[in-house]
Amino acid sequence: MKRNLTNLSLFTLLAAFAAPAAHAVEYRTVLPKQSSIGFEFRQMGVPVQGGFKRFAAHMAFDPARPEAASAKIEIDLASIDAGSPEADDESAGKLWFNRSAYPKATFVSSQIRPLGDNRYEMRGSLTLKGRSRDMIVPVTYVPGKNAATFDGTFVLKRLDFGIGEGMWADVATVANEVKVKFRIAATGN
Amino acid sequence: MTPAMRYSTPAIVLHWLAALLIFVAFPLGVYMHELPLSPGKLKLYSYHKWIGITLLMLAALRVTWRLTHTPPPLPADMAAWQRRASQAVHGLLYVLMIAIPLSGWLMSSAKGFPTVWFGVLPLPDLVEKNRELGDLLAGVHQALNFALLALVIMHVGAALQHHFIERRPFLQRMGWNKQERT
Repeated sequence: MKRNLTNLSLFTLLAAFAAPAAHAVEYRTVLPKQSSIGFEFRQMGVPVQGGFKRFAAHMAFDPARPEAASAKIEIDLASIDAGSPEADDESAGKLWFNRSAYPKATFVSSQIRPLGDNRYEMRGSLTLKGRSRDMIVPVTYVPGKNAATFDGTFVLKRLDFGIGEGMWADVATVANEVKVKFRIAATGN
Repeated sequence: MTPAMRYSTPAIVLHWLAALLIFVAFPLGVYMHELPLSPGKLKLYSYHKWIGITLLMLAALRVTWRLTHTPPPLPADMAAWQRRASQAVHGLLYVLMIAIPLSGWLMSSAKGFPTVWFGVLPLPDLVEKNRELGDLLAGVHQALNFALLALVIMHVGAALQHHFIERRPFLQRMGWNKQERT
């Protein structure tokens, strides 16, 4: 009887170890409708919200092997909501995104490091208006029944990318810091 | 002019302060909205909003003061229709001094730009961001301002008419000088 109990415990223990591997999912399919990319900036000290309606996100993430994860996001800058129709039009111009020459913003990850507690640090390169800058993006992974979500917030400096040149370079009117907030929802393969 | 014929000093100070700010905010509003987008335009919009919210506070103070103090009586021989007109115009001016900044504040919220008084005190957004509501409130704000313009013309016109044409010392009612004049 005692021996049986030990065997049972051993079996439970093995099952417990095996379970994550058995259920391991690599998240590869991004669900655009449940994903969003927004931003917030300050204009004359006033917070203004905006976002992008169209973007293509490609990712691969296996919680068991986070180091092998990767992400690539391409944002269609024409889908901008810059807070008002007037600002949407203005943002297309040469001083801002110069959208006819640079229609997309791209982020490509280079390294993903687990910080514990389902939090990760994603390093990568953000390219806007022909300028690339290395960014560090914190990401929180939330497993879900049907889809997992990956949430993150980071701050970029618009002038690093030449966004808002000339008269708009005055950061007292439109702040240099832009808070980017994203949620990417994805399912396993 | 006996003291009873003159408004109380706080009422007079509030009146002229509000008048001054209205005479800045009104043309600023007319001018700024046609400008192409620029940092200068954003600054003017902020200044306009700051003045507007200041006016709203002044209006609240003025209404409170008016309700708790008796204004100097109108001359006894003044025609009844003039008394009624005076009452109506003053009443409507108070209503507009509240309604105009309020409509501006609501419009700002509906258009997705919260109002932060002097860049320091954030006011709550009483309505959600909503394009249609924002455009509607812009129309309301403009219509109320044209009504204000008409009322101010009547108000100033009547005061000048009483003072210079009827030759009653009417301007002293709102004047700085406490001494009786002949």
